[in-house]
Amino acid sequence: MIFEEIRKRAVDQWEALRNETHILVGAATCGRAAGALDVIDAFKNECSRQGLDVPIIPVGCIGLCYAEPLVIISKPESLRIAYHNITQDFVPRLVEGYIMGDDPCLELALGTFETDDREVPYIPELPRFEHELRIILRRGGYIDPENIHHYIANGGYGSLEKALRMAPEQIIEEIKKSGLRGRGGAGFHTGLKWESCHHANGTPKYVVCNADEGDPGAFMDRIILESDPHEVIEGMIIAGYAVGAQKGYIYVRAEYPLAIDRIRNALRQGEEIGILGENILGSGFCFHIGIAEGAGAFVSGEATALVAAMEGRRSEPRLRPPRLAEAGLWGLPTLLNNVKTFAYVPFIIGSGIDEFTSIGTEKSKGTAVFTLAGKIQSPGLAEVPMGTTLRSVVYDIAGGMLNEKQFKAVQIGGPSGGCIPESLLDIPIDFDSLREAGSMMGSGGMIFMDENDCAVDTARFFLDFTAKESCGKCTMCRMGTLQLLSILDDITTGKAKMEDLELLRQLSEDIKMGSLCGLGRSAPNPVLTTLRYFADEYRAHILEKRCPALVCKDLIAYYILPEKCDRACEHCILVCPTEAIKGGKGEIKVINQEKCSKCGTCLEVCPPQYCAIIKISPICNLPPITIEKGDSAEGG
Amino acid sequence: MNEKGEERSAEELHTILEEHKNHGKGLIPILLEVQKEFGYLPKEAMKKVAEVLGIRPVDVWGVATFFNQFRLTPLGKNHIKVCMGTACHLAGGRLVLEALERELKIKVGETSDDGHFSLERVACIGCCMLAPVMVIKDKIYPKMSSFKAEESLIPYRQESKPED
Ligand SMILES: Cc1cc2nc3c(=O)[nH]c(=O)nc-3n(C[C@H](O)[C@H](O)[C@H](O)COP(=O)(O)O)c2cc1C
Ligand code: FES
Repeated sequence: MIFEEIRKRAVDQWEALRNETHILVGAATCGRAAGALDVIDAFKNECSRQGLDVPIIPVGCIGLCYAEPLVIISKPESLRIAYHNITQDFVPRLVEGYIMGDDPCLELALGTFETDDREVPYIPELPRFEHELRIILRRGGYIDPENIHHYIANGGYGSLEKALRMAPEQIIEEIKKSGLRGRGGAGFHTGLKWESCHHANGTPKYVVCNADEGDPGAFMDRIILESDPHEVIEGMIIAGYAVGAQKGYIYVRAEYPLAIDRIRNALRQGEEIGILGENILGSGFCFHIGIAEGAGAFVSGEATALVAAMEGRRSEPRLRPPRLAEAGLWGLPTLLNNVKTFAYVPFIIGSGIDEFTSIGTEKSKGTAVFTLAGKIQSPGLAEVPMGTTLRSVVYDIAGGMLNEKQFKAVQIGGPSGGCIPESLLDIPIDFDSLREAGSMMGSGGMIFMDENDCAVDTARFFLDFTAKESCGKCTMCRMGTLQLLSILDDITTGKAKMEDLELLRQLSEDIKMGSLCGLGRSAPNPVLTTLRYFADEYRAHILEKRCPALVCKDLIAYYILPEKCDRACEHCILVCPTEAIKGGKGEIKVINQEKCSKCGTCLEVCPPQYCAIIKISPICNLPPITIEKGDSAEGG
Repeated sequence: MNEKGEERSAEELHTILEEHKNHGKGLIPILLEVQKEFGYLPKEAMKKVAEVLGIRPVDVWGVATFFNQFRLTPLGKNHIKVCMGTACHLAGGRLVLEALERELKIKVGETSDDGHFSLERVACIGCCMLAPVMVIKDKIYPKMSSFKAEESLIPYRQESKPED
């Protein structure tokens, strides 16, 4: 079938949907965790109870994770409204109010997509969206990821059709001119990579999409694959045509079952309508894509280690050169790019280079996609032009810190990245500025920390991760990370000496120098940046045995403030797993420090009107225990 | 596992390996499928896989022990995963894990003697905004705390009782 026909059919189907009332429910993994599937069931039941035949479509994620489960109701002659935090209980209200009636249920609404002078906020004008610029996230959450026609009706596969009419060299030239840099972390120039793969000798060639996403705090690749899988597939097919490959693989971790399902479905639909497989759109070009499931190892995300895993071996990186473009999968020329890198390709080919290069900074073109998590108001996914400041991300997009706490630091790029403090909030986000600050774009995961997060403990956390994930091939990485971890253990438990700080720094530099792959070379970053920006905290741990953020277990004690304890309440006693809390009926409760396991349960259950339990550090600051029997003897 | 179960699984293993012969699947996908069938990777099955693929058993073992996804011991009936990703760590994931270890009287990576529970730590399941999270079977429990984690166990404990 020629593309015009395919597109016409898709547009007809899409228009037909837009001309009837329908419901979209955000049902990516994040939405599901918040209860989206229950909401979908509730809509189905309620609609059938009311005798309504309204399409209920599970979609991906629009990136406002804090608003999940998110529901969008479209009515042909009326406003399209998004509702946030919708649980089953609200469903009858929405069905009766807006679907059957004319009441837009404003109290549940996040906003509308149409300008209107009513009370409903206009979504594109929400502060967050004013600062965002969405290219690769633009369709996510608005189209059915399991329906290829939705993608096509919204511009999808038009770029493929265009690309197939261009010469491969011409496409590579466009990608080079666009200045696109790889979004897998290192920021390598995509056009150059494509070019060397195009020129490499050897057949067949392979195109591999890196969807391993091993950073334990990033999830944008998963969300893109769950919300708009065809965007990535289209980018891969164009890449395949440009470099001269006939086979592609999406390497995705088995921990992402929903993403795998959606890719599988998308690939099947692509083959069915002929944009994938033999003789694509009558061009004579053949390209197949398969799924390669990964089994979860951080190092597998590294290019050569990924190839090893695909060949069924342990994921151990090897020295480069030869680069994958010359000798990759099964020793043949292989193009490896990240999910997001491929996702930009249809936009660049379709909208033209100028459109893309007008966004971003001189050396980092386009947008950057981040996952925002940690102690902020509005966690989720954000896409901003390169060059946006970190401050804008924290305060304009993420809505500021949670509970109006003080911003302390943001960790960018997971275990390979670094901690960036308040004083650097005005640096622009781009590949080079972040590197100068000691961090890196890496995976694009941003974790925000406030005064209750300990810099040393965070560094320890990442080292614990990298030490476990080191593949063991190089000594500096395998043993060095363990040594770093053991020094950090000493610091967080109050056993370290000041000389250890110098040792930490020296060893970190040595590991960076002596490791073969990016895992070892970047593993010390969290240590080095926290040492650089939060030296005071390290000193407090060592010299005063004090954890300023009250996190490190061995340096804190739980204490019940006698003046605040309600006496009559026994919540803490009931939950304490080690029976460490003493105090009879009507008496002030006291924690026996010898028995206390510091599980924190008492602090959690102490009713908010008392807030009698606090953490104290250093432990030597604990007030001496004074039990005033007198007061409690009232009754007898 | 009773004998019948074993027989069925042996058959399934045969199917998985036959399918491999036809489609030339890689070692990791095959092991993932074997694990799906058995719940873990039994030694015998790994030997069989090596035999069919014509590689040394030690290479299969090497891969099985390298990747986090593979398990060498059977899981409990209610498998619990506690997220120890960055966001969950900052939000107190460790306290959740410790509470579960204490309550279930097993350490992370172990299965309880009666086979009802097993405990695993995972790195980021992609719901960081709900941190700290844990997963029991396939249900995600958001915004956990040591106390809430203990409470969440109750229905699973009751369900497992009548069987004793
Ligand atoms: C330890 C380690 C883990 C990595 N993990 C990933 C990952 O999860 N996803 C990814 O796309 N790239 C990852 N990379 C980067 C890849 O090696 C590679 O540079 C990238 O996939 C190339 O794609 P790009 O040019 O589109 O950025 C990792 C690198 C290292 C050293
Ligand atoms: S860190 Fe736990 S879900 Fe991401």
